Amino acid sequence: MGRYILRRLLQLIPVFIGTTFIIYSLVWAIPGNPFAGMCGPRGCPPAFIEQMTQEYNLDKPLPVQYVLYLGQLFSGNFGQTFNGIEVSTLIQNAYPVTLKLATIALVFEAVIGIAAGILTALRGKGFVDNLVLAATLFLIAVPVFVSGFIIQVVFGVQLEWIQPSVGSDPTIGQLIAPGLVLGSLSMAYIARLTRTAMFENKRADYIRTATAKGLKPRRVVSVHMLRNSLIPVITFIGTDFGALMGGAIVTEGVFNIHGIGGLVFDAIKTQEGVTVTGVVTLLVVVYLLMNLLVDILYAALDPRIRYD
Amino acid sequence: MSATDDSTGGSPESRLLEVEDLHVEFRTREATANVLNGVGYHVDAGETLAVLGESGSGKSVTAQTVMGILDTPPGFVTKGAIRYRGEELLSATEDRRRGLRGENMAMIFQDALSALNPVYTVGFQIAEQFRFRRGMSRKDAMAKAGEMLDMVKIPNAKQRVKEFPHQFSGGMRQRAMIAMSLALDPDLLIADEPTTALDVTVQAQIMDLLDELRRERGMGLILITHDLGVVAEVADRIAVMYAGRVVEESDAESLYKRPAHPYTEGLMESIPRLDQKGEHLASIKGLPPNLANIPEGCPFHPRCHRATDECRRKVPELLELRPGRYSACHFAEELISSE
Repeated sequence: MGRYILRRLLQLIPVFIGTTFIIYSLVWAIPGNPFAGMCGPRGCPPAFIEQMTQEYNLDKPLPVQYVLYLGQLFSGNFGQTFNGIEVSTLIQNAYPVTLKLATIALVFEAVIGIAAGILTALRGKGFVDNLVLAATLFLIAVPVFVSGFIIQVVFGVQLEWIQPSVGSDPTIGQLIAPGLVLGSLSMAYIARLTRTAMFENKRADYIRTATAKGLKPRRVVSVHMLRNSLIPVITFIGTDFGALMGGAIVTEGVFNIHGIGGLVFDAIKTQEGVTVTGVVTLLVVVYLLMNLLVDILYAALDPRIRYD
Repeated sequence: MSATDDSTGGSPESRLLEVEDLHVEFRTREATANVLNGVGYHVDAGETLAVLGESGSGKSVTAQTVMGILDTPPGFVTKGAIRYRGEELLSATEDRRRGLRGENMAMIFQDALSALNPVYTVGFQIAEQFRFRRGMSRKDAMAKAGEMLDMVKIPNAKQRVKEFPHQFSGGMRQRAMIAMSLALDPDLLIADEPTTALDVTVQAQIMDLLDELRRERGMGLILITHDLGVVAEVADRIAVMYAGRVVEESDAESLYKRPAHPYTEGLMESIPRLDQKGEHLASIKGLPPNLANIPEGCPFHPRCHRATDECRRKVPELLELRPGRYSACHFAEELISSE
């Protein structure tokens, strides 16, 4: 198991370098001067451009720029935006919000999704199964901005159960409705994934063996069927959490949440290269770590993976 | 069916297991397949009954029905009786039947790799029964599991309890499966093609092991197989099944000497023999019947070289020809007295 984790860790290094280099190149190596349009119709004074170019190492070859940038990152310096705000401050303000929102969405999708999947698989074909299938299909079909707006208008504006606009530094309570909206799509997928996996394993030979041993049905299901069925589900949940940690542009936009998604989106719109590379590099690291966690969980759940 | 008559000396009450006139249907949306059409056999303590037949003859379904692990739906018992030590099982509660599984009757399956749960250690899966049926602690149960592996002659048993099924070889896996089935000391063991997935030398070892364990423990053993060669040495009696019925039942020796049913004859001729090198291997012509549409009369008649008009009209009953020898063929008497 130790060697397995070590190997997975080593695999992260080339992936990290590859992805961040591509991001860095895309943001900085695009043709044209990034400062050209910054100072209004008359353009920036040449002295300013020269100073900025030097400050951001833009006069050096791309690989050198990239290495210098990485060095800076590892010493904890995310750099400043063009108007002098520390990128690390922006991240510090936005990330806790995203973390809260992602966790709420994750808990919601995992608990309800898995429960619905197990319920349908155990009941077999019938009313509950059809209900869950139809409901999940509905969730998959409706885009988040539609369901988000509907929930905002109905529960926020008309019924006034929730706050339609969240604002900065939100509480957990304020994020529950947005979390539900954000998690609804994955919840539908998890429900279906669990259902399919359970159905497959229900007829497995080792389930028959467990029954033939005279174990109680509850134990057959919860120990023998569930663990095998949850392996693909855990993988999905892990990667989905990685994605959720990257921010949710649409949900954040609808509910006016100042999370990481909105931060990146605004930075891309205003061509704030430092913010984009800084935040996205962080997101890459988070995503890679989440995937590492999934791999480890996967190996813990399925011994056949561990010994490969 | 007459197969349940007294044929080996024990009275019906002393019978370990008795299956009588068992009918099972598999219902799907398209059709209803008559998988079992009046199966009857019995096993006494300490004896080995081999149940022989092609795939689809109902051997495994009978066993699963006995164990109470038939998938319902699609399988439904429509008629018949299963008695364990005289106790009727088909009308027993599910709790009672679950109580019997493992404790009184156990089953091992053809493919031990898929029959063992891949994500738990072999020891865990054996120990589970001690923990949840005997209330043992985790540690004691694991120690017992080690003893069980030792009993089925798995070398280094103490270490191997911690290993997973995929780390075992095919033969070792089947041994582990046997250890698991015998954990609670059942007095009936059903082995459903236990050696089919193994290579020949390992097959013989597993058969020897089963035979030895049966003798030591005085268990009744039902050995399901399609391979006449496998059962030759270990079976006391043989029941041959075709299209969900027993078509011949006999002590092993007499059956090998002179089969009393054309189907058994066919099975025996299709065993490859060294002294007939170079000749075509005989096989039974045709295919097993479609169970949703079993032919009228004797179900074997379309494939039988003796078939007459009578066979096409009338289902032959399983009749006792000699003490302990039964056959369901209109020509049984002819077959048995021919030289």
